[in-house]
Amino acid sequence: MQPFRKHKGKVAPLYRANIDTDQIIPKQFLKRIEKTGFGQFLFNDWRRKPDGSPEPEFPLNQTQYSGASILVAGKNFGCGSSREHAVWALADHGFRAVIAPSFADIFANNCVKNGVLTVVLKENEAEEIARRASTNADYQLSVDLDKCLVSDDKGLTAKFSIDEFTRHCLLEGLDDIGLTLRREAEITSYESRHPVPAAWKS
Amino acid sequence: MPKTLFEKIWDEHVVSTPEGQLPLLYIDLHLVHEVTSPQAFDGLRAAGRKVRDTARTVATVDHNVPTEPRGTPILDPIARRQIEALQQNCREFGVRLFDIDSPEQGIVHVIGPELGFTQPGMTIVCGDSHTSTHGAFGSLAFGIGTSEVEHVLATQCLPQRKPKTMLVDVKGKFADGVTAKDLVLGIIGKIGTDGATGHVIEYAGEAIRTLSMEGRMTVCNMSIEAGARAGMIAPDETTFAYIKGRRFAPNGKDWEKAVERWRSLASDPGAKYDAVVETNASELAPFVTWGTNPGMVVPITSRVPDLPANGDRAGVERMLEYMGLEAGTPMQQIRVDRVFIGSCTNSRLEDLRAAARVAKGHKVATGVRAMVVPGSQRIKQAAEQEGLHKIFQEAGFEWRESGCSMCLGMNPDILNPGERCASTSNRNFEGRQGRGGRTHLLSPMMAAAAAIEGHFTDIRNWRFN
Repeated sequence: MQPFRKHKGKVAPLYRANIDTDQIIPKQFLKRIEKTGFGQFLFNDWRRKPDGSPEPEFPLNQTQYSGASILVAGKNFGCGSSREHAVWALADHGFRAVIAPSFADIFANNCVKNGVLTVVLKENEAEEIARRASTNADYQLSVDLDKCLVSDDKGLTAKFSIDEFTRHCLLEGLDDIGLTLRREAEITSYESRHPVPAAWKS
Repeated sequence: MPKTLFEKIWDEHVVSTPEGQLPLLYIDLHLVHEVTSPQAFDGLRAAGRKVRDTARTVATVDHNVPTEPRGTPILDPIARRQIEALQQNCREFGVRLFDIDSPEQGIVHVIGPELGFTQPGMTIVCGDSHTSTHGAFGSLAFGIGTSEVEHVLATQCLPQRKPKTMLVDVKGKFADGVTAKDLVLGIIGKIGTDGATGHVIEYAGEAIRTLSMEGRMTVCNMSIEAGARAGMIAPDETTFAYIKGRRFAPNGKDWEKAVERWRSLASDPGAKYDAVVETNASELAPFVTWGTNPGMVVPITSRVPDLPANGDRAGVERMLEYMGLEAGTPMQQIRVDRVFIGSCTNSRLEDLRAAARVAKGHKVATGVRAMVVPGSQRIKQAAEQEGLHKIFQEAGFEWRESGCSMCLGMNPDILNPGERCASTSNRNFEGRQGRGGRTHLLSPMMAAAAAIEGHFTDIRNWRFN
């Protein structure tokens, strides 16, 4: 997994509440069996008209946001379906961090596994960032996971909190399956005390 | 220290708490389907890993499968490739698969309980947010992403942050025409789509005790729509009666021992929760959603709400525009084009019986297309033995094969742009049932009645034949 320490990049605003994973990656694109190539379908039904042409009103279609790597969104971002494809699509499109007042649990977990940082800020802070991103051309933010700090070059700073283990995994880009496998002795011991139900053995 | 049902299961399953890491939770049952698993199996292959415990891993195909008669070729080559990938992965890794032609195929959250895999006290995961369904049996069941699917396949464990607990205490009795679906829609309407984020909900109280297992599954299923990590209900005689005799349930001497253990799972008197919500079943009405998330819900006797004076006015405007609705329209005047009875929320035998009782002796309104999609092949067969399919077909409903179908429209069952659907499923998100489609969530009885009237109607005034 790609580590996340410090990132500076352009911010794209999508300040709506309850953006669900069906919007982030609509179901018609979930049939691929690879992890790659989902970026082109990110927010497809908002980004493209039914005939496939771009929807000019949608922020990601506006040239001022091209190449954005930080998304700022409303509360409860990533609610709904557990599809990790939503994170693959964001990452593949080039997003390294998402800022919102809150995130749905499964989505936030999926982000960590893919080196995407979810930054929880207060509602007024997230809204202010969205406002600045909408009104300043090429608005950039720095996200520093070492210091748990978001800042721009116009005087905005905001602290965020993140649990220590998640922070550690992101900073180091850890493969957590590897970490779990180090507990092999404890897993085996647990299994010997909790055998598979007899009826399940094939 | 008195413990909650959740804490008892959690504590029992912590394998290890390595310093500076998350607790490592043992997973008793891992359910797998075709959409969220191929990349996980690829990950195993790339790392040269095996499935740690194939006896604890159960797979089926449900999201992509067509609901036309079995044997109809899958015309979408990408969907076919995904189904074939699961078949290949199950063969290669030795995972038990209830395949498309199996008499036990069905929606993963329907067949887990139906086959007796889902049992009280277990930890259950699946790469699907509606895994919360299984909590109806007093298990800790939650949805995970594909990376976590790979983690569980490889290790049978999952590092997990301990969630908070929320008690939803449901007093009172259900009135006629008010169902488990109305209860959970009412709860989501009350606490909001993020009202339980970070929490495991335990549903308790007089009204919950009167619910069948099917009703309890409906309630737990939609916990995720309130943002909850899981929903659970303490097991009781209703639970044990449901499980007994099922193919993968404990039997013989194991059965008695299991029931004794399961009885000890209920939350202890005086156990503390991080949050408590109280509600009363007798105050509920049949509900219908009007917006594009499941919290946007009103009683059938109500109207599409007015725009809020403050708060997210733009969001509500957007919702109404998408839904093609005017604020203030009585819900009962809203006409429907399609009706879908199915999904892991409401496709079980009890749901189909309830809908058939409404449909009996009536005809689907002109211009409405109505579909019934049983949750599993076993349910389909049981319903046919009771003659439910005849009632539906005579009324003009389509009677189809089992699968997730139009709940999320990954198979050919989708809405056309602008079509309005009365749906017994769980999500009314934009485009969920097909791009531009407009979904209203409601109970199976209310859906059947809408099919016949051609618009939403109050089931409490129904003319049953």
